[in-house]
Amino acid sequence: MKNTFSILLSFIFLIFLAACGNSGDKKDSGMMNTGDAAQKVYVAPGEYDEFYAFMSGGFSGQISVYGLPSGRLLKVIPVFSQDAEKGYGYNEETKPMLNTSYGFVPWDDAHHPELSQTDGVPDGRWIFINGNNTPRIARVDLTTFETTEIIEIPNSGGNHSSPFITENSEYVVAGTRFSVPFPQKDVPIDSYKENFKGALTYIKADEPGNMDVSFQILVPGYDYDLAHSGKGKSHGWTFFTTYNTEESHTLKEVNASQNDKDFIAAVNWKKAEEYLEQGKGKKMPSDYIHNYYDEETHTATSTEKKEVTVLIPSECPGLIYYLPTPKSPHGVDVDPTGEYIVGNGKLSADLTVHSFSKMLTAIENEEFEGEVDGIPILKLDAVSAGTVSSGGLGPLHTEFDGKGNAYTTFFISSEVVKWKLGTWEVLDRAPCYYSVGHLMIPGGDSKSPWGKYLVALNKITKDRYLPTGPEMNHSAQLYDISGDKMELILDFPTIGEPHYAQAIPADIVMENSKKIYPIEENKHPHAVKNEKDVRVERDGNVVRVYLTSIRSHFNPDNIEGIKVGDKVYFHLTNLEQDWDTPHGLSIMGARNAELLVMPGQTETLVWEPQKAGIYPFYCTDFCSALHQEMQGYIRVSPKGADVPIKWSLDGEE
Amino acid sequence: MNVRAKIIMSISALALLLLFVTPLWRITLEAPQYPDGVTMYIWINKITGDTPHTLQNINILNHYVGMKYIEPDSIPELKYFPFIIGAMSLLGLVVAWIGKRSLVLTWLIILVVLCGLGLYDFYLWEYDYGHNLDPKAPIKVPGMSYQPPLFGSKMLLNFKADSYPYWGGLWLGLSIILAALSWYLAGVFKKTK
Repeated sequence: MKNTFSILLSFIFLIFLAACGNSGDKKDSGMMNTGDAAQKVYVAPGEYDEFYAFMSGGFSGQISVYGLPSGRLLKVIPVFSQDAEKGYGYNEETKPMLNTSYGFVPWDDAHHPELSQTDGVPDGRWIFINGNNTPRIARVDLTTFETTEIIEIPNSGGNHSSPFITENSEYVVAGTRFSVPFPQKDVPIDSYKENFKGALTYIKADEPGNMDVSFQILVPGYDYDLAHSGKGKSHGWTFFTTYNTEESHTLKEVNASQNDKDFIAAVNWKKAEEYLEQGKGKKMPSDYIHNYYDEETHTATSTEKKEVTVLIPSECPGLIYYLPTPKSPHGVDVDPTGEYIVGNGKLSADLTVHSFSKMLTAIENEEFEGEVDGIPILKLDAVSAGTVSSGGLGPLHTEFDGKGNAYTTFFISSEVVKWKLGTWEVLDRAPCYYSVGHLMIPGGDSKSPWGKYLVALNKITKDRYLPTGPEMNHSAQLYDISGDKMELILDFPTIGEPHYAQAIPADIVMENSKKIYPIEENKHPHAVKNEKDVRVERDGNVVRVYLTSIRSHFNPDNIEGIKVGDKVYFHLTNLEQDWDTPHGLSIMGARNAELLVMPGQTETLVWEPQKAGIYPFYCTDFCSALHQEMQGYIRVSPKGADVPIKWSLDGEE
Repeated sequence: MNVRAKIIMSISALALLLLFVTPLWRITLEAPQYPDGVTMYIWINKITGDTPHTLQNINILNHYVGMKYIEPDSIPELKYFPFIIGAMSLLGLVVAWIGKRSLVLTWLIILVVLCGLGLYDFYLWEYDYGHNLDPKAPIKVPGMSYQPPLFGSKMLLNFKADSYPYWGGLWLGLSIILAALSWYLAGVFKKTK
């Protein structure tokens, strides 16, 4: 009752605040100071943006890449969802990327992009992102901007507090959003308290191709919401927020919102490594899949894994502690020095800031107020560094500018609040024109942020652009934070729901960007590196077409001898070696998508012709002045016909 | 000939060997859609580009107007020019060793004549590539030739073609100047004697 009252009070306070605001500074906040703002975001034709921003595509399952400050969309990288534009998840080479222990899952809900780091600073090698729905983590290689690795997370139901990386990219983490039986089993749902458990997962991430579940920690059956790994002095620790410490299993909007305080789980992963070395890890059977796309064979493979190593907190003292944090904390963010751990209680008005060094002292002095499943709960007073009382409501996420300031989004009061680390005083506040979720400052969750811009990402958007029917586009707002006051300088639409984002100075990534795949390094088993070697081969009802493309023709472009009932593999090698000259391949009636083959790459399209006749095929990506002429014909004969396999280009067989 | 003239003549002969280290000529194609330009280097024994695939990319561009593929393997000059240069270098050293002023002049004249013939040969190749187009070419522009200039700049449709000597051209020039200097110094020395 008391809580409801305080929330109500805050609302009234907010309305009051808003009213005050409206009278005074509508011009500054609502309308942009257009001339100045336009100049700040203008990137002249031919000039490059200052930053790459990587935004999660939310329920689109993708990552979108934007330039900052212009807000221009540069690329959409397919990660967890099939993408017909690029053939991703449709061609034979990338289909294995979407394999899981449940089979082919061509979609996910992608939440938190996370750049790889060296010594706590984004290094531009890779970006990781979690799939929340069917728990997975993907690695995107930033030399090619393509997804090269996906690992499934076992014993988890929803991978939300993920993949928040450690300081030297040792691990990415994966806390389960929904607790489930560990291992899975058929039990009554109302046996939640006995049977449901949480899993915190550490995945080795420092070597491409070798992502693996290093260990899991078996924790109480709460919901694990968000995370951040420590840095600097807190390197070696990861902090996970939890809610539903009530362990309710129904009507969670009420039943999981009863406790005044939930927890931030502080995990000492260096200690975990010691326990693993001592053999404290228990091997448990579990099914999960690891997929890796090899850039030399241009092909992904899936590997089944059958076992995980599990640590149990009651058997591993010092592995994990709970920090009490009001109230249903959502984001947990560690400041650039690694000292402050900011917990954002999404149902409270205040931010609770814990001190890492006080936490260590409290652990040493055993200042505990209780214990759950062998996990000590520290006293809030003993670990608290301070509280930010901002007058906003529904704090979600905090990032840092590297100049001693923090910025927190408030979902309910739709604003960004700037405050000072150490004194906890509020310095500035800026309204958002939609319900704001995450925010992002380039490097803002690292040891040294490039604190020039802030992007606020929407949850629910209204009325910023021309209406487009019942659904509006999702949206981001860009603020200049180089001065004392935050200044809104740009609105731009985004794909999916842009949950979270990361950004990095363009020159760190740009200089490693690949332009072509050298054809001499192409080790695809069905590559054809020379027009002389093109051919069509039949083996039973399997026909393999070894096809090449170069401006502006396929070789061969006349193919005969294919029959209904055949399974035809088109192995297309793009012989081009020039930047931005992909060729596409599409076949009438093929029941998948096109191929889009990069210079020097080989990709495969499977076609099972249903009816006899003549089938055109053509290049889908406008490749040259004679792109429209880049086409061919395939003759399909009835089952059992005696038309021999034949292929030609320009009449030459 | 005095020692100084002999040394200069030897350097002149050896300078020719630098043609194996750097390209002789450079042709650059510039167009708005090629922000980095497309650059081709002509060596005494090979043709290269600014990337390993430049030649393939130039050939792809050229095939629309029916220009023959530039295939270094099918250009005989690239096979025997190295021998001529090697022989001239060797001959130059012999001339320096013998130290006869008239031989220096003879060598110099041969070298200049060879340079002239080389340029003429280069022009003929350019003419051939630019004019003898495949009659089945997809794009025909009436009256258009695609011959890049021997020396200088020229617009070829939307491409600006720049053709200039490169470092190798400078070494060749240096060799000629040094041989002339050697010949001159040998004369001066004779007079003062």
